[in-house]
Amino acid sequence: MEFPMTIAVSFRGVSRHYGQVRAVDNVDVEIVEGEFFAMLGPSGSGKTTCLRLIAGFEQATRGEIEIFGTSMAGVPPYRRAVNTVFQDYALFPHLNVVDNVAFGLMVAGVPKAERLAAAEATLDLVQLADYGARKPSALSGGQRQRVALARALVNKPRVLLLDEPLGALDLKLREQMQDELKLLQRKLGITFVFVTHDQGEALSMADRVAVFNEGRIAQLGSPEDIYYRPNTPFVADFVGSANVLPPHVMKAVIGKELHGALRPEAIKLRDDGPHEATVRTTNFMGASTRVTMLMDGVQINADIKKGHAIPQVGAKVRLGWNDEDLHVMLGQE
Amino acid sequence: MIVERISDTLWRRPKLLVVLLLTPPALWLGIIYLGSLFALLAQSFFSIDEFSGLINYEFTLKTYGELFIPANYDIILRTVTMSAAVTIAAAIIAFPIAYFAARYARGRWKAIFYLGVMLPLWSSYLVKVYSWKLILAKEGILNWGFEKLHLGWLLQAYLDLPFFGGNSLSTSVTGTFLVFLYVWLPFMILPIQSALERVPVTMIEAAGDLGAKPRQTFRHVLLPLALPGVIAGSIFTFSLTLGDYIIPQLVGTSRRYIGQAVYAHQGIAGNIPLAAAFAVVPILIMALYLWAAKRKGAFDAL
Repeated sequence: MEFPMTIAVSFRGVSRHYGQVRAVDNVDVEIVEGEFFAMLGPSGSGKTTCLRLIAGFEQATRGEIEIFGTSMAGVPPYRRAVNTVFQDYALFPHLNVVDNVAFGLMVAGVPKAERLAAAEATLDLVQLADYGARKPSALSGGQRQRVALARALVNKPRVLLLDEPLGALDLKLREQMQDELKLLQRKLGITFVFVTHDQGEALSMADRVAVFNEGRIAQLGSPEDIYYRPNTPFVADFVGSANVLPPHVMKAVIGKELHGALRPEAIKLRDDGPHEATVRTTNFMGASTRVTMLMDGVQINADIKKGHAIPQVGAKVRLGWNDEDLHVMLGQE
Repeated sequence: MIVERISDTLWRRPKLLVVLLLTPPALWLGIIYLGSLFALLAQSFFSIDEFSGLINYEFTLKTYGELFIPANYDIILRTVTMSAAVTIAAAIIAFPIAYFAARYARGRWKAIFYLGVMLPLWSSYLVKVYSWKLILAKEGILNWGFEKLHLGWLLQAYLDLPFFGGNSLSTSVTGTFLVFLYVWLPFMILPIQSALERVPVTMIEAAGDLGAKPRQTFRHVLLPLALPGVIAGSIFTFSLTLGDYIIPQLVGTSRRYIGQAVYAHQGIAGNIPLAAAFAVVPILIMALYLWAAKRKGAFDAL
C-alpha cells in the first residue's frame, strides 16, 4: 500500500446512540481500497453496528460516513455499492440456490439468461457449481455460507461486508474457509470489511485490525502491532490473552507507573529468575502447558513448552523474561 | 402404585400410548364430524319428487343440474364474487396491521394488538351484525358523520350508483361487504402475523442490501414468505363468507347467498337434496382454490 491509496470507507466522528447507550462512540477510521480490514471486539463493542452503518441498516446519530468519497447520509442500503454476508446467511428459503445468487441482478433488471449465467459462474467461484437447483434448506452450514458469499459477490460490490460469517461453522470448516476467504480476497481485489470476535481469525486473515471496546476503537494497526505491541490493557487481554502487569508491578521493573503487556510464551520458569510466584493451576494444552501463577497479587499465565518441567500446584517458583518481550503500554483503560 | 405401573407400561410400549392418544380424536373426527358431513353430501345425489315432496332415494345428478338454472346459478356467482371481494380487501387491510405487529410491536404494544384484534371475537356475532346494521342505517352514525362533515352529497352519490348503492348503506350490497369484512378481518390478520413473525429481519435487510427497492423487497421476498399465512387467512375469510347466512339476511339487499339458499331449502322447502348440493359448492370451490394455490407454489416457503 505504498501507491496512492483510495479510501474505500471513511468514518469521521461517527456515533450511533440508542437512547443512553452509545453503541458506537465517536469513531474515526479510514479503510483503504483493496485491503482486508477486520473489526475485532467482544459482543456489544460496536463492531457490528459499524458494519451496519456502512451497509445502511443503521443511520449515524452524529458524524459522517463516506464510501469512495460520497457521503452516505440519507442513502438507503439499496443505493450503496456494498454487499453484506450475514451472520445467519439470510438466504431466501423460497428460492433455489441459483435464484438466491441471481437475486441482486434480478432486481437490477439484468435479463434472465445473463443473470443465471453470472450466478452459475459465481457459484463455480465458491466451488458450488452443481448446487444451483437445490433449496438452501438442503445445504450444509458451510455450503450456505458459500452461497451467501456468492450472492454478495455476483453484484461486484466495491466493498464486501462480512458479519461474523464463520461463526456458525465448526472449527475445521472455519479454518478452511479462512484460507479460502483470504485467497478469494487477494484474487478479486475487493475491499473486505470483516467483523469477528475471534482474535485468531482477525489476526490470521486481516491486513489491518481495529480492536473495538465500548463503542470506540481501542487500537488500529497491523496484526503484529496488535499482538506484540498492544496499546491498552484491554487490547493486551482481549487479543491473545497477554498478561497485563499493573503500574505497581511495572514501577518495580522499569521505574514508571505504566501498564505492561507480557505474552504467556515469553515467561520463563528458571531458578535464577528475579520474580517469585505461587502456582495455582496447570492446564495441558497439547503443544504446551499453561501454568497460572500469582505474582505480587497479579495473575500471570505462562505457556511452558513440551519437554520442560511442569511445577506442582501450590509450589513456589521463580520466573523471568527477556526485557524486549515486555511491552510498555501508553494507553490507559 | 397403579398409576406408576401404567406409566411404566406405557413407557415400555410407546405404540400403545399413541393408540390411546389418537383413538378419541379419530373417533370424533372420523365418525361424528366427517361421517355426518358425508351423510349430508350423500343427500345431494338424491332428488325430490316434485309432486309428493318426498325424497327419492335413488342415485341421480338431477339435483346438481338444478344448481345451474339461472336463479340458483346467480346465487352461487354472487356468493363467490362477494367472498373473493371480502378476501382481497381483508388481505389488503390485514397485511400492514400484521406487519406492524410482527415487526415493531413489543411488550405492551403487542398486548394491545392482540386485544384489539381478538376483542371483537369475544362479543356475540349477532350483536355485532345488528350494531353494524344501526351504524349503516339511514339514521345511523355514518350518515350523521357524513352530514356533519358536509359530505352527505358524496355518500348520496355513492348510494345512487346502480349496483353498489341502494336506499341506505344498510340495505346495499356495500353494507353486506363492509360487515363481512369487519367480522372476518381477525381471521386474516392472525395467520399473516404469525407467518411474518417467522421472517427474520435479516431477510428484509438482505434484499435491500442486494439492491432491491422496498417495492421489490415486498414483491420478491416479503410476500412470498408471508404467502402461506395469506392463504391460510384467505381460506378462513373465503369459506366463512361462502357459508354465512346471517349477515346477508340482516344487512343488504334481498338478493340471496348460498348460506341463505341452504337454509331455505332444508328448512321451509324441505328440499334436503338441493340444500346438500348447494353445500357442496363451497367445498368444491375451496378444494379448487387450495389446489391452484399449491400449484402456484404458495406453500414453497413452508
